[in-house]
Amino acid sequence: MKLYLPLLGFLAVIGLFGVGLWWNSTHNTTLVPSPLIGKPAPDWKLPLLYQPAQTLDKTAMLGHPYVINVFASWCYVCGDEAPVLMAWGKDLGVPLIGYDYRDSRADALAWLGRHGDPYTQIVADESGRTALNFGVYGAPETYLIDAQGIIRWKHIGPLTPGVIREQLLPRLRELGVQPKVAA
Amino acid sequence: MTRWLRLALLGLMLGTAFAATAIDALPFKNTAQEVRFQNLTRQLRCLVCQNEDLADSNAKLAQDLRLVIFQQMQAGRSDAQIKQWLVDRYSDYVLYKPPLKPSNYALWFGPFVVLLLGALGVLIYLRRRAQPLMASAPDEEEDW
Repeated sequence: MKLYLPLLGFLAVIGLFGVGLWWNSTHNTTLVPSPLIGKPAPDWKLPLLYQPAQTLDKTAMLGHPYVINVFASWCYVCGDEAPVLMAWGKDLGVPLIGYDYRDSRADALAWLGRHGDPYTQIVADESGRTALNFGVYGAPETYLIDAQGIIRWKHIGPLTPGVIREQLLPRLRELGVQPKVAA
Repeated sequence: MTRWLRLALLGLMLGTAFAATAIDALPFKNTAQEVRFQNLTRQLRCLVCQNEDLADSNAKLAQDLRLVIFQQMQAGRSDAQIKQWLVDRYSDYVLYKPPLKPSNYALWFGPFVVLLLGALGVLIYLRRRAQPLMASAPDEEEDW
């Protein structure tokens, strides 16, 4: 029996390493859970990208759920996400607000020209100051905000058909929205 | 040729050195405030490049957050208040030293529990070994 003790110890260590490897391959450790889920969205008031003289704000959006999608022309992954939003954006059944993050207006307009514009409205946060209140730490990020202005869900990274189908659509239905796409 | 290369390299290094010192020139009131700022930003994690602290990171988000921290300092907010502002938005993850609270107990006490279990194992092992040694002939247990 004593002969096997070192072997058992060794196997225990190997097992521990194995669990670590498995954990890292199934969990994305760079995702930081947002403490803002279930809390009111921060007050925001931002100029529209197409009409910078006009603004859109949180109170104007109260009364119905909406989705905010943080993007930027410098964000490479946003280019991958764009076709998904083009395909699904209009069928979500709620306004899809584009949030142009830390971007110049000219770059953003050129980017939208290349990739298309799936958004209901686009607000521009050139300084990125408002984004800090949302806990944005990169792009793309997506928020679901309900009719009372509460943040219900946050997704970090690009939206994929899978994420939309499995995570976003069920939450939209919970909010009483009927997305125009089959489950 | 190599001389030119060396010169170019030197230029590059000097360039980055200047760039590094010019990250953001914040108008501190005095050295004490600057030291306080450095101390505080070293305790905070940059969320974009998660193994860097806010003091050293060149990420745009880190620049934004440094500016906010600086402005809050100017406004007379305490370190604790500034940290709370960040935690409210970015969770405990921004703190390099996570707070002692139930959801973090495993993080804080886990290593000690493992250490304790190890010590227990060693203790049991030593006791078992010691008994036959005292009771009988010394060479009997040397089976490996």
